[in-house]
Amino acid sequence: MTRKNIICTVCPMGCNITVKADGSEIISIEGNECKRGEIYARDEFTCPTRTLTSSVLVTNAKEPLLPVRTEKPVPKAKFGECMEIIKATTVHAPIKIHQVIIHDLAGTGVNLIATCSRDV
Amino acid sequence: MREIKCDVAIIGAGPAGLAAALSAKEHGAKDVLVIDRDTDSGGILQQCIHAGFGLSYFHKEMTGPEYAAVFREKCDQEGIRFLFDTMVTEVRSAREIICSSTEQGLVKVYTGASILAMGCRERTRQNLRIPGTRPSGIFTAGTAQRLINRQNEMVGKSVVILGSGDIGMIMARRMSLEGAKVKAVVEIMPYLAGLTRNKVQCLDDFGIPLMLSHTVTRIMGHKRIEGVYIAEVDDQKQPIPSTEEYISCDTLLLSVGLIPENELTKGAGISTNAVTNGPEVDQRMQTVMPGLFACGNVVHVNDLADNVSIESELAGKYAAMYAAGTLPEAKAQLNVIAGEGVRYVCPHHVAVTDEEAVIRLYFRVSEPGRKTILKARSGKKEIAAREVRRVSPGEMDHIDIHTQDLTGDDVVICAEGVK
Repeated sequence: MTRKNIICTVCPMGCNITVKADGSEIISIEGNECKRGEIYARDEFTCPTRTLTSSVLVTNAKEPLLPVRTEKPVPKAKFGECMEIIKATTVHAPIKIHQVIIHDLAGTGVNLIATCSRDV
Repeated sequence: MREIKCDVAIIGAGPAGLAAALSAKEHGAKDVLVIDRDTDSGGILQQCIHAGFGLSYFHKEMTGPEYAAVFREKCDQEGIRFLFDTMVTEVRSAREIICSSTEQGLVKVYTGASILAMGCRERTRQNLRIPGTRPSGIFTAGTAQRLINRQNEMVGKSVVILGSGDIGMIMARRMSLEGAKVKAVVEIMPYLAGLTRNKVQCLDDFGIPLMLSHTVTRIMGHKRIEGVYIAEVDDQKQPIPSTEEYISCDTLLLSVGLIPENELTKGAGISTNAVTNGPEVDQRMQTVMPGLFACGNVVHVNDLADNVSIESELAGKYAAMYAAGTLPEAKAQLNVIAGEGVRYVCPHHVAVTDEEAVIRLYFRVSEPGRKTILKARSGKKEIAAREVRRVSPGEMDHIDIHTQDLTGDDVVICAEGVK
């Protein structure tokens, strides 16, 4: 049996939740003060996901960088692979906020989008 | 000197200035002017490319630039004027501002009311007086954030971060993603300075150790920083020599607090509060100078941009009313006092007027704790109470009071722990 301690980030309460599991099968979830904590802990145990934010190079604009994020959370385990692709990317202004910069980032099925506009 | 006239002038186009501008417009100010020394709006949000903004204001998670863009777009739709690349050099009165513009030279602004929204800046090594050599490679977390996120300059490969403030933790993640090794986040207090979610997503996710009750005792290296000595501290925050250890690094980031930027405020003859380091304001965000309002981090350092927006809308609304001559006159002024368990409260005063309203008082507790009752008293009468499950000095709390409950005595806010 394995135990995993998870700090809930759903609200500022920050419950310390313990997930007990047999392999990938969850046996118990304890320490959460609300239902949302249980869902969070379950997701964190099985496949933790995060919105990845970074920047890509942009040419033809006043500033050298364009801030970007994944449109939806992506698995944490994919961060390294995602960053490799992001670092190798250069785009050309003009760029509109929320424009797709990379389709299906690193096979996650999630697009990378611009989080601000860059005029020429 | 070129002269500009407007109804409401706002100094700073960050989250505070943008929200104040929109609100001033919405409440009847025809000509709203926002002045900023940067070349675009957003202030610090431009470099805060991480998510976590908008959760309470927009009920969705956004990055800093996206949060700023929503406000800016509305400002443009409303015809709010911006004067960029322009540094305000003097606030002569609530109705007269002097600034220096790259394009237009010296400019005098005549306005019906003014709003201070200059934000804050970071505490530096000089503020902390850390002993040791003076090598390069020591940055405030926000400076590193600007270099990495806006200027495409990576600051180092092997990093120690002093202070567990939010910007420091966010930079720990950012530098890790960019390939640097963050060796430790060192915090002198026995508890985290920033938000818990940032510890989880910025430190734990990347296996970065958080060393509470520790501090940097010496900085080593000549041309470039080569390492730091860190040590555990005792109850008096004094380093315990026997616990000192060396960590090699080529970069030290400081995330050790923010100081409201109040040179203009002081220049206008307004003193700042000893705890918040900002001007004292009433519930309408009016300073002691009639017609001069202040909002956001220039008043007190907030942990969430969302709170800044809400507070700044009040400043915008009342500044518009002042400019129009419709701001209800204060018949009396009550002090709002930080009582037991509370470090400070903002606003610092309540202006007693004929306007019946709910006043939201923001405050920080002195110590972290679990179940706590937050109370507001007017004289001896309890006028509001609220139970919360958890309090932390790093996370601002609030309590609402009703003007009709005020007794005419000072208002005291307390946080009482429940055993």
